[in-house]
Amino acid sequence: MSIFIDNGTKVVVQGITGRDGSFHAKQMLEYGTCVVAGVTPGKGGQRFEERVPIFNTMARAVAESGANTSVIYVPPAFAADAIMEAADAGVALIVCITEGVPVLDMTRVIRYVKEKGARLIGPNCPGLITPGKSKVGIIPGRICTPGPVGVVSRSGTLTYEVVYQLTRAGIGQTTCVGIGGDPINGTNFIDCLAAFEKDPDTKAVAMMGEIGGSDEQDAAAFIKEHMTKPVVGFIAGRTAPPGRRMGHAGAIISGSAGTAAEKIQAFKDAGMGIAERPAEFVELIRERM
Amino acid sequence: MNIHEYQAKDIFRRHGIPVPPGEVASTPEEAEQIASQYGGTVVVKAQVHAGGRGKAGGVKLAKTPAEAKTLASQILGMRIKDLPVQRVLVTPAADIATEAYVGIVVDRASKRAVFMVSPAGGIDIEEVAAKTPDKIMRLAVDPAFGLLPFEAMQLGFFLYDDVKKVRAAARIMEQLYEAFVEVGASLAEINPLVTTPAGDVLALDAKIVIDDNELARRPDLSALRDESAEAPSEVAARRAGLTFVKLDGNVGCVVNGAGLAMATMDLVKYYGGEPANFLDIGGSSNPEKVVNALKIITADPNVKAILFNIFGGITRTDDVANGIVTATKSNPLKVPIIIRLTGTNEEIAVQILEKNGFSAMTDMDTAVQKAVELATGGKAA
Repeated sequence: MSIFIDNGTKVVVQGITGRDGSFHAKQMLEYGTCVVAGVTPGKGGQRFEERVPIFNTMARAVAESGANTSVIYVPPAFAADAIMEAADAGVALIVCITEGVPVLDMTRVIRYVKEKGARLIGPNCPGLITPGKSKVGIIPGRICTPGPVGVVSRSGTLTYEVVYQLTRAGIGQTTCVGIGGDPINGTNFIDCLAAFEKDPDTKAVAMMGEIGGSDEQDAAAFIKEHMTKPVVGFIAGRTAPPGRRMGHAGAIISGSAGTAAEKIQAFKDAGMGIAERPAEFVELIRERM
Repeated sequence: MNIHEYQAKDIFRRHGIPVPPGEVASTPEEAEQIASQYGGTVVVKAQVHAGGRGKAGGVKLAKTPAEAKTLASQILGMRIKDLPVQRVLVTPAADIATEAYVGIVVDRASKRAVFMVSPAGGIDIEEVAAKTPDKIMRLAVDPAFGLLPFEAMQLGFFLYDDVKKVRAAARIMEQLYEAFVEVGASLAEINPLVTTPAGDVLALDAKIVIDDNELARRPDLSALRDESAEAPSEVAARRAGLTFVKLDGNVGCVVNGAGLAMATMDLVKYYGGEPANFLDIGGSSNPEKVVNALKIITADPNVKAILFNIFGGITRTDDVANGIVTATKSNPLKVPIIIRLTGTNEEIAVQILEKNGFSAMTDMDTAVQKAVELATGGKAA
């Protein structure tokens, strides 16, 4: 089992002929992801890599290919519209990789997507992977291996670092989800934790948060109340100065809120395992399974 | 991106919000000239990206043009929260009957723009929120409809009893929301919103923070950036397409990805060192970016060791290796460099580095410990 994506995931790639979209569409195909369609306005009727049909609109792509998941690699100014087009076309899961989507665009998108009943992951995220079955996004497939640990993170390469260390230690993953580094995103820690709690194959969860906002504190409260499975957490940004955006749009300490210290305290209060360094995940997860 | 009060007031005026007149001066003589033009008492206000300007002595009343000149010469030389004051706003002093607070922020929890208004204005709103939360009204705006007229009236009635003032305030709320959306702000604030003895309602101060993600499609807003208010290294980094934040330590860090970059800084601290910076070279691995990153980091005289931490996913580690070789050939390093890379094309990267006299590590903890040791000139903790 897994969360959000599995063998039944049929993917349409929005922006499939662009630089990033074509590169990662190829990687997804190589990994074995069922990529059934692509969308680039004006290139309908062509084929990607001589096999994946390209459509002008999401409505046509979904109607003709039966896609249930979309992944978005379009430039930031067009990302909000692409997400809403996907929701309107009726896919259940929308994964937006694009970084740099204006936050006010996202306030409209969140409302629209909710009304259409779709799940959005991202934006500004690496997507997700269920090792051995399906990858939607940009997480490198070869660093993952199937196994019992669920991974959820606000980061990209930090997630790869931890997943790679788990894999090398022989600890595989059910699903790895990157929820993204923006202040407003579609899926939060709690959504993923609740899904991992329900997934019978997930035995423990590794969670990587960072400074900014209160998503980790909310997650800690949820873990304390509702989770039976062990969760090990890490917070990046202990040395970050207040008021400065640390790369991710959402990674900023505002006034005195959103510090690493307050998040780590929330983890402690919830009785979670706390990784002081990324390398500690291996031992802490092993001890708890 | 922060903009100055006088720039925010220009945006307010464009949207019809009543704002007192005012002009910007960058010399004491200009301040004197503007003051004599208005006649009467003026306020001289430091234009700097920092809160608490009044407390720091950056806002002063001048009764005469000569006094405006003297005060401007004091304020123009000041540093407020370590930022140099290069301009002052000179504006006629207003008669104030009451002061209120009006702000809009993008709220992460409700995922909407949220109004916060309080009749306790002119002071720190975080303090009001902590001590007397019942003095603040919050209202989340539905992005599909915008601020509705009855909502604007509710906000107005929270501030005033007199319906004339309530209507004036409600109009300002609507105009402020329009301005907020039009410039793609993440924060817009009127602190204080004042009433005069004559019963007028006006915005005495203005603060707008523009969402950085808005700037790519809005060259008119990017033009408002004041680069003289930033560290030169940060300006250079932004121009090179790098995300960089200068810190006070001595271990220069070059990392791909924001989360890993923060985790690397934290690990430097964990092993007893101090990071000199946050630097994310991003996902795509253009050797040019590595060259620019090294230029910026080596320009900092505090840096005693350089640490590369690259996890090759999309980033090809051989591109990073080539960037390091190119950069150090044209500009030989004066401080030691520790390179940790793993992932895509790792074997090729290691070959390139070794052929050019560098060595590479694969483990993050070992690399950070070594860098700290070299920077502190002793054994790592």
